[in-house]
Amino acid sequence: MLLSRLQTEDDVIAEIKAISGQDVRACYQCGKCTAGCPLASAMDLMPNQILRLLQLGEHEEVLKSRTIWQCASCLTCAARCPKDVDPARVMDALRTLLMRRGLVHVEIPKIPADLLAEAPQQALIGGFRKFVGY
Amino acid sequence: MAAEPAMVRFFLMGKPHDVPKGLTIQKAMEYAGFRLLRGCGCRGGFCGACGTVYRVGSDYRLKVGLACQTVVEDQMYLAQIPFFPAVKATYKVEDLPPTAETLISLYPEILRCVGCNTCRKVCPQEIEVMRYIAAAQRGDIAKVADLSFDCLMCGLCASRCPAEIVQYHVAILGRRLYSRHIAKPAAHLAQRVAAIDRGECDADLEVMVAADSARLKALYNAREIEPEDLEAGGQE
Amino acid sequence: MRLPYFPGCTLHSKAQNFDASARAAAQALDIVMEELPEWTCCGATFSMSADSVMGLVAPTRILASAKDAGKLLTLCSFCYNTLKRTNRVIATDAEKRRKVTTFIEEDYQGNVQTVHLLEVLRDDIGFEALAARVTRRLDSLKVAPYYGCLLLRPADEMGFDDPERPTILENFLASLGCAVVDFPHRTECCGSFVAVSTPDVAQACSARILDAAAKQGAEMLVVSCPLCQYNLDHAQRRVQAGRGRTSQLPVVYFSQLLAIALGCEEACLHLGAHVVDPRPRLSKWLGQESQATALV
Repeated sequence: MLLSRLQTEDDVIAEIKAISGQDVRACYQCGKCTAGCPLASAMDLMPNQILRLLQLGEHEEVLKSRTIWQCASCLTCAARCPKDVDPARVMDALRTLLMRRGLVHVEIPKIPADLLAEAPQQALIGGFRKFVGY
Repeated sequence: MAAEPAMVRFFLMGKPHDVPKGLTIQKAMEYAGFRLLRGCGCRGGFCGACGTVYRVGSDYRLKVGLACQTVVEDQMYLAQIPFFPAVKATYKVEDLPPTAETLISLYPEILRCVGCNTCRKVCPQEIEVMRYIAAAQRGDIAKVADLSFDCLMCGLCASRCPAEIVQYHVAILGRRLYSRHIAKPAAHLAQRVAAIDRGECDADLEVMVAADSARLKALYNAREIEPEDLEAGGQE
Repeated sequence: MRLPYFPGCTLHSKAQNFDASARAAAQALDIVMEELPEWTCCGATFSMSADSVMGLVAPTRILASAKDAGKLLTLCSFCYNTLKRTNRVIATDAEKRRKVTTFIEEDYQGNVQTVHLLEVLRDDIGFEALAARVTRRLDSLKVAPYYGCLLLRPADEMGFDDPERPTILENFLASLGCAVVDFPHRTECCGSFVAVSTPDVAQACSARILDAAAKQGAEMLVVSCPLCQYNLDHAQRRVQAGRGRTSQLPVVYFSQLLAIALGCEEACLHLGAHVVDPRPRLSKWLGQESQATALV
């Protein structure tokens, strides 16, 4: 495959960098983020794969993944990354980018009534911030 | 010859109109030749029908007010919002417990509040809308009712809310829950109703029913208004 | 000691067991938790977007309201994390500080230190002094401390304890006389707000934690976050239905154990609000009333 700057530094990549404040090029694929991620078994792309794909400019694949919506922002990845990359911020930026484009990951009217009644407010408030956006 | 009144210019739907200084927006629109069929109600600042958003001159800030109460300023540029599409949940207040769960289940979007305070800034009654939404999130129904007491249901808060909350519908549910489940029943009201049921007012009512128009007017003009008058031995 | 206190939305309603037990325990230790006269939701999650300030508005307003005291106490891990991380942005990023404080019309420079009750117990009272004030030692109670994520991470900002090998809850529990159980998943995420979108995934995270604690012999799990409490407690209800689990681990707040140990009135504990009832295991230290209810 032939990589060019046009692909690896396009507008979307620039926006992801602006929102996340992270330079994904620092990642050297050690895999500690994936190894420590408690939600990894529910993800399609692994956290380190997300970073790798972003390095290669393959943002469309990343934005279509289930992974970014499974991230719980637990920051285990950020705590362990030897290059001080914060993959959780990257995940958050990917969600934010989509939500700013109008995508809504959780349809509030479809939330089951018992969940709305039982879940602590912080779960719903946090969930709305991460999956519905503002 | 009377002096020309000072005039001010305002813009409605982009068109300029010159009207005498001192008129309210509604009166100014009528002066300019419009007949108000919609977005006009009590004209007394109470029904919430005439919520208006406007700017003045080159000031970037958006201002709000009720058209029946707000005086036209020179270079005012306005648009009326008589009606904002808002979701209203259906419920039976008797069946609802006065809790956070009730409000969250019926209006889950209250949890999307970002705390921007735009609702408060836009309220023509200067109600602390963000504070009562915060109270709603944590189930403090009494506070929701108390803070939203002066709400006119004009809908301007909902029109600007980035989280798409319908604050005034949440508030009225809070007030209904409060009245139904939390507020102490008024003892004096219960006593009065009991007295009526016992027939203690029947005699006076019969007098009024039998009275002709002139007699009714006389009775009305001579009525006691202050509690002290009753103690002085007047008619009850 | 008086501290301004920010309860957060959840403690005020759904997690009254956490709030009431903490207030009672604090009072027994001569700490007055003064709830802020006015407060709104902090937003629960810290806004990680570097290019926007909307998420900083609400928490900054809350911090500004405590600026005279210089300290703000909170119990909920979400609020603690959000307030502390927001404060650091406001204190260090001049541009964001200017934008946010102008918008909320407050003169706030970032001076407020957000503290957690566990920090107050460790740093202002000391665990040895705390042990001396315990009237009901919780001997033989095998408790596994569960930290969750938000108290510890990011470590350089939270400064709460070591993110991989924390000890504060262990030391706290030891001062109450508990038999502390070490287990591998004590700093691992319970699933958090993913419970709103894919509850089964959150349940799986919680189940892993519960299994690990039970395997090490824990009789109870102690937490500091209403969402962890919800995920861990409720996971056992649903998991029972699907898998027929026999072991049940009650999930209690650290303040509930603290309140018991300090001899507080049982009304503050609200132990009936839990899915897996802690009362049978705690019956040794509870009065007649709570025991009777537990047996029903």
